[in-house]
Amino acid sequence: MATTEKSSTELGTSRVKRGLAEMLKGGVIMDVVTADQAKIAEDAGAVAVMALERVPADIRSQGGVARMSDPDLIDGIIEAVSIPVMAKARIGHFVEAQILEALKVDYIDESEVLSPADYSNHIDKWNFTVPFVCGATNLGEALRRITEGAAMIRSKGEAGTGDVSEATKHIRTILGEINALTSKTKDELYVAAKELQAPYELVAEVAETGKLPVVLFTAGGVATPADAALMMQLGADGVFVGSGIFKSGNPAERAAAIVKATSFYDDPAVLADVSRGLGEAMVGINVSDLPAPHRLSERGW
Amino acid sequence: MLRGFGADAVPVRRERELAEIDGLVIPGGESSVMDKLSKTFGLRDALRKAIADGLPVYGTCAGLILLSTKILDGIEGQESFGGIDIDVRRNAFGSQTDSFEVDLDVPAIGDPPLHAVFIRAPVVERVGPEVSALATLNDGRVVAVEQGNLLGTSFHPEMTEDHRFHEYFLERVRANR
Repeated sequence: MATTEKSSTELGTSRVKRGLAEMLKGGVIMDVVTADQAKIAEDAGAVAVMALERVPADIRSQGGVARMSDPDLIDGIIEAVSIPVMAKARIGHFVEAQILEALKVDYIDESEVLSPADYSNHIDKWNFTVPFVCGATNLGEALRRITEGAAMIRSKGEAGTGDVSEATKHIRTILGEINALTSKTKDELYVAAKELQAPYELVAEVAETGKLPVVLFTAGGVATPADAALMMQLGADGVFVGSGIFKSGNPAERAAAIVKATSFYDDPAVLADVSRGLGEAMVGINVSDLPAPHRLSERGW
Repeated sequence: MLRGFGADAVPVRRERELAEIDGLVIPGGESSVMDKLSKTFGLRDALRKAIADGLPVYGTCAGLILLSTKILDGIEGQESFGGIDIDVRRNAFGSQTDSFEVDLDVPAIGDPPLHAVFIRAPVVERVGPEVSALATLNDGRVVAVEQGNLLGTSFHPEMTEDHRFHEYFLERVRANR
């Protein structure tokens, strides 16, 4: 047979890792805890699902240590759907990440929603073929995660609350700090890098291009189609929805409505239409009522 | 990227936007979601008609799936727009850890070989008599096709600096105006 490939095949390159996130842009990634929920999410138009054992609202209410999901559960979800399957590992728990890679998940979320396994170090994500998404509350945190090999960033928000205010704050902070960088002169970028606690080369690249070198989604507290569209209008590339769907009165319809709202985020007539008759949204907790030790977004450094 | 070659580029999500263009690129993404949204927002029938009327369309990855006549391993109820007489298997290489890059010989665009990025990519499993295969892998699987004004690739030329496939497509769009 004629040889048509003119080089050896490369797996797990930055381009391939960041590329999958590019393909998810404009879409909604939904938290699911069973194969049935994964099917509902896929049928509703999710671009990917996040497999976990308990949604953040339950982790919050039940307490205890939250860990990587059971492999049987993850296998069941991979089996049930054809869209990409993501799964969460604890911050710094590189063995959970090794296990998730062996299970052939499509993306790993090194997530503050689970209990951290290391209060100093995150996972060295360059060691893996599977790509990682990490949370960030500001630009410095995002750039440190990218330096460690993250191929996608999501603003953290405050997971499991149904209160979108933290998500708003984090996406505004990240994009605002990027804007501020673009107006700095070259000699100011050295100090900017020091203040952001991120490598100079990466800071200079962001200042030059005006954007992160990876896709930026938003997460944490999105519960309605309007919330999702708000995130998109603020400049997110896409949306993670956790407890907001399966803790609501009518998950299938709400999921489909949030998908449409994310795609037509700039069309109020569509947004009005998809917001009708969705039944009860998740009950929600105001972030300001949460005592500081229970704020998940403060995990990660 | 198309702007770099003197073309205007606009997003198309609605039927009325379709009326204003000379050619369409259907990008990568999740083909099942694109199918769903195109039905919900009334784009699908208009697009099928535009394809039948000769609108030049280039589909990459999910776009290739949507231009096929038959989808293998689609989700329940998933349909394509059709246009290229091929069967395409969705996500044919495995999970994301099997996504890869490789240099491919593509005679239609000449030397040097094209650096091709495959991300949870589809492959063409049946090629109809009117369809030309433009590129194959070493195992013979077809990863780029054309039929009339329609072009499709399993891989993502937009992720590299080599834009010969998009230039190839623009030539067709200009010839068709």
